[in-house]
Amino acid sequence: MTLTELFLLFLSSIFVHNILLSRFLGCCPFMGVSSKLKTAQGMGAAVVFVIMLASLMTWLTYNYLLVPLHLEYLYTLSFILVIAALVQFVELALKKLNPVLYKSLGIFLPLITTNCAVLGVAVLNMNEGYGLAAALVNALGSSLGFLLAISLMAGIRERIETNEGIPDSLQGLPMALITAGLMSIAFMGFTGIIK
Amino acid sequence: MSQNGLKIIGNGILSDNPTFVQCIGLCPTLAVTSSVENGLGMGIAATFVLIASNAVISLLRKIVPDEVRIPIFIVVIAGFVTVIEFLMKGFAPELNKSLGIFIPLIVVNCIILARAEAFASKNGVFSSILDGVGMGLGFTIALMFLGSIREILGAGTWFGSPVVSFEPAMLVILAPGGFIVLGICMGAFRALQARAARMKGLGATPAEARPMGCGSCIMAKFCTKTEADEDCGVK
Repeated sequence: MTLTELFLLFLSSIFVHNILLSRFLGCCPFMGVSSKLKTAQGMGAAVVFVIMLASLMTWLTYNYLLVPLHLEYLYTLSFILVIAALVQFVELALKKLNPVLYKSLGIFLPLITTNCAVLGVAVLNMNEGYGLAAALVNALGSSLGFLLAISLMAGIRERIETNEGIPDSLQGLPMALITAGLMSIAFMGFTGIIK
Repeated sequence: MSQNGLKIIGNGILSDNPTFVQCIGLCPTLAVTSSVENGLGMGIAATFVLIASNAVISLLRKIVPDEVRIPIFIVVIAGFVTVIEFLMKGFAPELNKSLGIFIPLIVVNCIILARAEAFASKNGVFSSILDGVGMGLGFTIALMFLGSIREILGAGTWFGSPVVSFEPAMLVILAPGGFIVLGICMGAFRALQARAARMKGLGATPAEARPMGCGSCIMAKFCTKTEADEDCGVK
């Protein structure tokens, strides 16, 4: 891939194919951890970190372990194990090396193992047959898209939380889903910019 | 026993419905309900994995050490997901294509891990299988319901055959429609539940019937805080 193609891939994975609003990956934290801006950003940052590392590791696992051994069909099993081990390892390393960062990201890390965005990006990289550079660019774009969308969502939710006008049964999650729908319509506007 | 069994199945379908009440497993719910056929396919695949993994985890529950239970559960679930992926590739290649990435992602579907953790690791094999059946059916019904609404309004068809005379609104089968339809359905389900509770004289106001708080929180497994804490990020 040329540099221009990589840049276009980067932009399209942030805006056009936004991982949350158009691919529907990682919706659980998107809905669960988006009621406060600060925690949402913490979650987003942790996801960026883990997706980058996980994409690198799963790419290496697939291309240097599963393909030579003709065990491609075991990708689900091996990817999830790699991700789970990686998350544990990151948690331990962070605790030792950078306690400040651990304090702000730490509680999100165990949750990320079962975040489908991480496994999703790894499987997408494999399905699209990306090389290492493209896989990493796609991972960076997708995870920044996650950070962007969850931050925007938390900003909006902080405001609508105190709104008395919302019917009782729509308060909380249903309203958040409808808001996400409207955000998704806005993001569809990016579709035309990249072919 | 059969009374009890029916109750376990009923729980999954209605009072603990994974989609509308517990609000878990949202990603596949949003992504595959663009048609009722996809919804049904996903529902069956997830039900198979749920029943099989519930049964195996329940059998293993006395051998597995507590500290490593989550990784072991994940390996069991991933094994069954690989099986269903093979089955789908062989017998329903079209469906496999349209569900695409969401088949391997059944591994990280919160419903399955949550049932393993909350039910199968504490109960016998028979009840765990019934729990899998109930939760699977609840999930499948929710997916088919949402899929029907979205396919009828968005494409004007149901199971692929045309049913309406008006111009369908494309937006409903696109990504935004998924969020909006699920939001409205969830709101309606809560309103109905609150009404039923009031009619029974339980006196539950809609605010109390709302499944918020640590009991239904996706962070509950890992979080050390309580609802009352100032920095509970989910509240």
